[in-house]
Amino acid sequence: MSQSVFVAGTGAISAIGNNVAECLCALENGQAGMGKMFFSNSAHQEKIPVAEVKLDNDDLAQLAALPATKSRTALLSMIAAREAINNAGIENFAEWRSGFISANSVGGMDKTEKFFTEFLADNQNGKLRDVVHHECGSVTELVADGLGIKNYITTISTACSSSANSIFFGARLIKNNILDVVVAGGADAITKFTLNGFNTLMILDDDFCQPFDEHRSGLNLGEGAGYIVLVSEKVAASLKKKPDVMLSGYCNANDAYHQTASSPDGTGSFLAMSGALKKSGLQPADIDYINLHGTGTLNNDLSEGTAIKRLFHPHYPKMSSTKGFTGHTLGASGGIEAVFSVLSLLYGIIYPNLRLQTPMKELPFIPVTDFIKNAPVKHVLTNSFGFGGNCSSLIFSKL
Amino acid sequence: MYIRATGNISPQKTFGHLSFLNEPVVYHGNRLACIEPDYKELIDVKLIRRMSRIIRMGVAAAKECLLEAGVKMPDAIITGTAYGCMEDTGVFLTRMVEFNEELLTPTAFIQSTHNTIGAQIGLILQCNNYNNAFVHRGFSFESALLDGMMLLKEKEAENVLVGAVDEITNISHTILNRMGLYKQGPVSNLALFKTTVIPARLSGSEAGTKGTIAGEGASFFLLANEPSDTDYAKLDALATFYKPKGIPEIEDQILSFLNHHSITCNDIELVITGKNGDNRSDQIFDQLAQSIFSKNQTVNYKNLCGEYPTSSAFALWMAAHIIKSETIPEILEYGGPVEKKIKRILIYNHYQGIHHSLFLISTC
Repeated sequence: MSQSVFVAGTGAISAIGNNVAECLCALENGQAGMGKMFFSNSAHQEKIPVAEVKLDNDDLAQLAALPATKSRTALLSMIAAREAINNAGIENFAEWRSGFISANSVGGMDKTEKFFTEFLADNQNGKLRDVVHHECGSVTELVADGLGIKNYITTISTACSSSANSIFFGARLIKNNILDVVVAGGADAITKFTLNGFNTLMILDDDFCQPFDEHRSGLNLGEGAGYIVLVSEKVAASLKKKPDVMLSGYCNANDAYHQTASSPDGTGSFLAMSGALKKSGLQPADIDYINLHGTGTLNNDLSEGTAIKRLFHPHYPKMSSTKGFTGHTLGASGGIEAVFSVLSLLYGIIYPNLRLQTPMKELPFIPVTDFIKNAPVKHVLTNSFGFGGNCSSLIFSKL
Repeated sequence: MYIRATGNISPQKTFGHLSFLNEPVVYHGNRLACIEPDYKELIDVKLIRRMSRIIRMGVAAAKECLLEAGVKMPDAIITGTAYGCMEDTGVFLTRMVEFNEELLTPTAFIQSTHNTIGAQIGLILQCNNYNNAFVHRGFSFESALLDGMMLLKEKEAENVLVGAVDEITNISHTILNRMGLYKQGPVSNLALFKTTVIPARLSGSEAGTKGTIAGEGASFFLLANEPSDTDYAKLDALATFYKPKGIPEIEDQILSFLNHHSITCNDIELVITGKNGDNRSDQIFDQLAQSIFSKNQTVNYKNLCGEYPTSSAFALWMAAHIIKSETIPEILEYGGPVEKKIKRILIYNHYQGIHHSLFLISTC
């Protein structure tokens, strides 16, 4: 039960790159991924910027080796999950007990939307093949089947913290000796459903988002997928390329304040961060970098910042939200940001918090605004907070 | 670990302290709907008004379970749902299409989120503890239960509230019906396992007909590490397997599960299987009844709750009540009086031949 869980591989696709190397390059060059909606369509596309993956479904399908008729979420998921597996380089993959623990917020909603317009006109209309993968779990199975993973498959959906939860559920399956290798993370494509949902909540910025800025006015929706390959000590020992990073802490806590808003004192985020620290046996001062949830909404950044103040004052680690690059990728964000956290440890780099002009007056700390190289990064904390007060924090550590 | 309490809203009279399935409810047609309680006794009236039906059912079943357990603040709240809040999803989608993405209100969107029920329970209890939601088709409840069992084993929790919630709406029923999931023509739930219910002109074969009946439910369980005086049963083990290649692999999986827990089929007094009246999926159960379960007494449950991806939670509820009450309701057609004390029950269910699950339950 006390065994360590290592990160053997990473894979990501987002608005700033179709793979980990491209994402890393954009992070270093300060190239944000948001712009006018091009690959999806919505009545709001002229007004609301989004952070889209820069490929249409045909191109994604080719990369994913799946039919282009499948949900964009499945295509994104497959591309990043396969990259993570290839990156892990586990030669005898089929011999281990493997699992695919994925996350998404709305399953195959992009296809359901297409179906639904015709269905509403006449309930015998609409192609069933467009709605057959509506369920969140169905998207996961398309990918698991493509990857040949069979021993354990499941899907978590806790809104914006979904894939942080899938990562640590995966780690626990290894610790409980149920699995040896787990591909864990999440995926989400931009859909009209979520765009309109967030729009009704009036938390979408009409401009490019400004996380942790005094004058921030909302988030930009993004899309993508991020997965890490978690392995047991036994698997790690068998690898030619020994893992350099482990998942050392994790915690999920509930804010129990409001269905969509975060509490002013950041109860849930405080409990998640302090719980993850406790699990890892680390002190706040041991954390070198926090990859913030930092959506850019008035509410989140104040709540998260307040919780950080409570926990870290007066010794603040370096911090930044990478959502200024990728937008908020919802069910994928915990996965993508876990990948960025692992890269931070592997390469000793810290990412800039883009478009931060005026620091928040309520907070005594200022996130990093430049790309930092050769940073001594040993422990990274990454936050993911979602609707329903669902707060999760993960800690990755360099060996 | 111990099943300390249950709360179950289903198409049968299962909610509240009623006799155990003594008055089976008959349905005609291929859709069974939950019998909803008077929510006012369990949920604040102001909250009830805002909640959609599935949220009410989930919250009420969870509260009933916690009341019975005498637990105010569970160490974890974990839900499983395949479809999530379908009604809210349908409402938001419909308005979005009809009003061309204008004039929308956020309520249905907010409530369509898959973790809404667990979040609402957490909010009402003011519970800051672990809260998770699994959404994997026929594994949704099993994943939630495994999460809870691991938390207990890891000593991260002393007790966990685990539940399964799925609803059928007009929209989802229409779509799933078009996909061919349900029986066509006259059908009665209580005659689900009898081939004669369907007129000959519609019947697919001697061995039954295609399609099942739609069901839904909200079932919660309070699991604890430590025993109490009022426990229902022990939950000994859980396993799932995905897309087995055929009957031999299914048999292997079941036998190795039992072997792993140092028992054989002879050590099981009752097997609960998930027959749903669809000859395509029932043939698996029929073949096992001839092979590995040939000496076991077997009962089924989907004539009571209908078929839905998280129906195994209804089966677990039934198993817990059979063990505690030491009775098998007549409606289960056990075939005579219970001669041997039911000390151990195996539940074997599969959903559409894809998601297979096994639960082992025993007396405390």
